Amino acid sequence: MIPASFDYVRAESLSEAFQALGADEDAKVLAGGQSLLPLLRLRLAYPATLVDIGRLPELRGVRDEGDHLFIGATTTHDEVLKSPLVQTYCPLVAQATATVADPAVRHRGTFGGSLAHADPAGDLPAVALALDMDLVAGSAEGTRTIPAAEFFLDYLETALAPGELLLGARVPKLGPGWGFHYTKFHRVAQAWAIVGVAAAVRHQDGVIAEGRVALTNMGAVPVRARAAEAGLPGVALDDRTALRAATASADDATDPPSDLHARPDYRRHLARVLTERAIRSAAA
Amino acid sequence: MTETEIGRARRRKEDARLITGRTQWTDNIQVPGLLHVAYLRSPLAHARITRVDVSAARSRPGVVAAFSGQDFAAEQGSLPCAWPVSDDVVIPDHPPMAVDTVRYAGEAVACVIATDRYKAADALDAIEIDYDPLPAVTDMPSALADGSPLVHEAGNKAFTWTFAQGDIEAAFRDAPVVVERTYVQQRLIPTAMEPRAVVAQTDGDSFTLHTSTQIPHVLRVMLAATTGVPEHKLRVIAPDVGGGFGSKLQVTAEEVLGLLIARRLGRPVKWTESRSEGNQTVHHGRDQIQRIALAASAEGVLRGVKVDLLADMGAYLMLVTPGVPLLGAFMYTGIYKMDAYDFACTGVFTTKMPTDAYRGAGRPEATYAIERAMDELAKEIGVDPLEIRRRNWIRHEEFPYATAAGLTYDSGNYEAATERAMALFGYDKLRAEQADRRDRNDPVQLGIGVSTYTEMCGLAPSRVLGSLRYGAGGWEHATVRMLPTGKVEVVTGTSPHGQGHETAWSQIVADALGVPFEDVGVLHGDTASAPRGMDTYGSRSLVVGGIAVLQACERVKEKARTVAAHLLECAPDDLEFTDGAFKVRGTGAAKTIQEVALAVFAAHDLPEGFEPQLDAGSTFDPESFSFPHGTHLCAVEVDTETGMTTIRSYVAVDDVGNVVNPMIVEGQVHGGIAQGIAQALFEEAVYDADGNLLTGTMADYLVPSAADLPTFVTDRTVTPATSNPLGVKGVGEAGTIASTPAVVNAVVDALRPYGVRDVPMPCSPERVWRAIQGGVA
Ligand SMILES: Cc1cc2nc3c(=O)[nH]c(=O)nc-3n(C[C@H](O)[C@H](O)[C@H](O)COP(=O)(O)OP(=O)(O)OC[C@H]3O[C@@H](n4cnc5c(N)ncnc54)[C@H](O)[C@@H]3O)c2cc1C
Repeated sequence: MIPASFDYVRAESLSEAFQALGADEDAKVLAGGQSLLPLLRLRLAYPATLVDIGRLPELRGVRDEGDHLFIGATTTHDEVLKSPLVQTYCPLVAQATATVADPAVRHRGTFGGSLAHADPAGDLPAVALALDMDLVAGSAEGTRTIPAAEFFLDYLETALAPGELLLGARVPKLGPGWGFHYTKFHRVAQAWAIVGVAAAVRHQDGVIAEGRVALTNMGAVPVRARAAEAGLPGVALDDRTALRAATASADDATDPPSDLHARPDYRRHLARVLTERAIRSAAA
Repeated sequence: MTETEIGRARRRKEDARLITGRTQWTDNIQVPGLLHVAYLRSPLAHARITRVDVSAARSRPGVVAAFSGQDFAAEQGSLPCAWPVSDDVVIPDHPPMAVDTVRYAGEAVACVIATDRYKAADALDAIEIDYDPLPAVTDMPSALADGSPLVHEAGNKAFTWTFAQGDIEAAFRDAPVVVERTYVQQRLIPTAMEPRAVVAQTDGDSFTLHTSTQIPHVLRVMLAATTGVPEHKLRVIAPDVGGGFGSKLQVTAEEVLGLLIARRLGRPVKWTESRSEGNQTVHHGRDQIQRIALAASAEGVLRGVKVDLLADMGAYLMLVTPGVPLLGAFMYTGIYKMDAYDFACTGVFTTKMPTDAYRGAGRPEATYAIERAMDELAKEIGVDPLEIRRRNWIRHEEFPYATAAGLTYDSGNYEAATERAMALFGYDKLRAEQADRRDRNDPVQLGIGVSTYTEMCGLAPSRVLGSLRYGAGGWEHATVRMLPTGKVEVVTGTSPHGQGHETAWSQIVADALGVPFEDVGVLHGDTASAPRGMDTYGSRSLVVGGIAVLQACERVKEKARTVAAHLLECAPDDLEFTDGAFKVRGTGAAKTIQEVALAVFAAHDLPEGFEPQLDAGSTFDPESFSFPHGTHLCAVEVDTETGMTTIRSYVAVDDVGNVVNPMIVEGQVHGGIAQGIAQALFEEAVYDADGNLLTGTMADYLVPSAADLPTFVTDRTVTPATSNPLGVKGVGEAGTIASTPAVVNAVVDALRPYGVRDVPMPCSPERVWRAIQGGVA
């Protein structure tokens, strides 16, 4: 299909972007367009104006800021997954990003767009949650920081205020002793996750000290599997029975959707199996 | 001659332009004053249209016209069905644009014509239309049940068709083993890379239609009959066409309406479908429920096969809709011997997009049922699936063989193909690994799937088509002409849409006339330049059209021989033709065919009565079908905890007879296997109970890509066809026909320890997981 007509503004500076967004309540940010353009083409969204933020250098790239990395919102998926900083300090982000769609989409789609779009089937929201990223938002009024745990409000809905831009995210370097794994369960390579699991595990001498688990596509928002996390400390990695017992509650706080690819009971089952596997892989 | 062209892996002449897209795709065509059409489509599966008002759309910016079905009612006719299969067939009126009733979601109900595509699409919003909803009819058993809402007044049964040979009752009476199963062929959406597109032009009383079609020739006849445009005033052009798989073997509503709109407005118009529009309104494939029963001896030797088929027609009968299941009717006996065969098919109307030919058309369905059921028989008897096949297949020394389904297979060697496949696959080693994993209760189980298929290709002997009540013949035409400079032009009636005819025909001509491969050009797909043809579908192009090319070359050569003899002052019989030259036996005197071509052009010195043209036409109507066959073996790993199936290895040994271009054959086999795997594991068109298509976009309708497929190991055995002079059999559908049962047999084989004996297609992880939870499915 083809989109309805809209105005197009290419912001040459951040303030111009803020101004264009503030001036029109039906304006929408355009980043890589990989989620927004399909919505326009299917005529599921009718924004009056698109404000293109693709040319703002301050929003693009990965910076080392000491105990965390700052990943700019318009850094493309491809740039993120090839960034040596990301690979070294935040490998979970690189792993999850590598599973997003295909090379063509990854060359246009952006890190910030994925978070701002807040599709519960998207791979990066769960990673943001598992790593406790801080999301940095900006508007004409200034900037503010939103913890990932408070960012995803509902299906395709975030804590960003109207007219507010996501500038990027501070991603904590979890440091030595941590292992990571992102598991994506999907039917064809280009498809979205039926269920995804982002896992981070700190372990010593074969015993889990601390684990974090966040789930993709198990509800309207990404879900932190707190109950499973609580059971992890003290579990020996080679004790499959104990690990299975700990991860049996992985689906506790979830409200999985029902669609053509999976009904809720199956998604719950997958969340449990895949969480156990993700933890083992993360610790391997 | 040093090396023949036939058999060489020539790179395809057409690839540079097709791959770069710098070519005449229909949507690339620009014409001065071109207008664009957008269609408003019914959101309801079944409804009465109570009011349509397009007037507000007419005043939208850029809009030139807007029409509803009522505006075309007097002239639009009915979309044709060329295959009235039986006496009882019901062929309902099928208006290109719905006038008072819609019968599937997506049916066109109005249109806007504007100066660009965007304005046309925007103005659809302004059309006012009211519907009175009627109940949807979405599945065949309920459609046939008493009291079902009716899709058409005449009832929901489209036809019944039966075939019987041998004493089926005797075969089943007291049979030591009877295996009875029901399989569902899910509905599929053919997904050609190039969406459909139409450009219709008129200069008053004559019309030119560019369309992304497989069948420019058939289309011209049908459009003339439907629209009343006289055939000689209608030129149909299939420019480069990006795939079809049967979906462009059709006379579509948009083609008819394009002509009507151009006639109405006197302006050229274009329509290009979007992908989601296409998912709804390109004819779909498969959608059958198959009940198959095998009767066998205690040793598993087949006595008879009984098939009872329900075939979902969708809402209307399109070009060959009712014929598709019947093409399968002759293939349910597969490669096996038996005393009796009984087939019955009921065509059923539902409020869904009509079905029609999709790669393999009837034959993949039949092959699936028999190959799945043979595995069940093997299980019942307690022997290996390959052993049950050995006990039943036609042995190579038994050809020609008259099957219980009434065909005569001319040639084949199932033993050789199977032996080769087993060796490449490492069959015994994989069976050992499977046993080991079963013993260890490995959560990842191994399954091995076998498919020993055959198919009928080379559609088709005209007299056979006639006996099946098909509305046309199955011949094919070619004209071959030598140009003054010694180059050769081939005019073919086939209509390639990705198959590489320009390359393959060049190879045939190069050998036959002794000219360089590069010196041959091929014209196709335009009824003005290539007026005679039956087009491309059913793996027919090489087997029928290629033979016409060869025969035309022979005629050209004989003409040239007369001229060469005249120039060399000898008798035609004194000449031998080698390396592109006529040589007088025993002397050094010779004329190249290029020299002869120039001499004919000049016409200064020709034999008495020789018309100065070095060209010839030939129309080939095959005597019988050809029967490619092969053995496909598939190994899958099934993760029993998640239900995920991963294909670990895939071996295909096909026997397609002689091979003109091995690279093209390889390409067809690879693409075919991919499409068959897609049916086994990924693709399904899903309608909800209200008749809404839930798989309208590519995010929901899962077409696998290279990343989802294993490396295919392919090889060939060669048993030449005896029914044509090239000994070729056709390869366009083989992979699709063979691979689906190979994969599903493998999945079920992996799950045997869990008591599973079937997983409905596509074998999605969820279905596999549920089958494991539920045991016997
Ligand atoms: C075929 C295909 C397959 C895909 N598969 C996957 C997949 O498997 N996993 C996955 O995670 N994703 C997938 N995606 C989506 C992809 O990751 C997109 O890149 C991402 O969802 C959006 O990023 P974008 O830059 O394209 O955003 P856009 O499409 O430009 O914007 C998306 C939304 O976010 C808003 N937005 C964008 N940037 C900002 C910002 N900086 N501040 C405020 N709002 C903003 C826009 O206004 C819009 O509402 C797929 C996309 C396609 C086309």
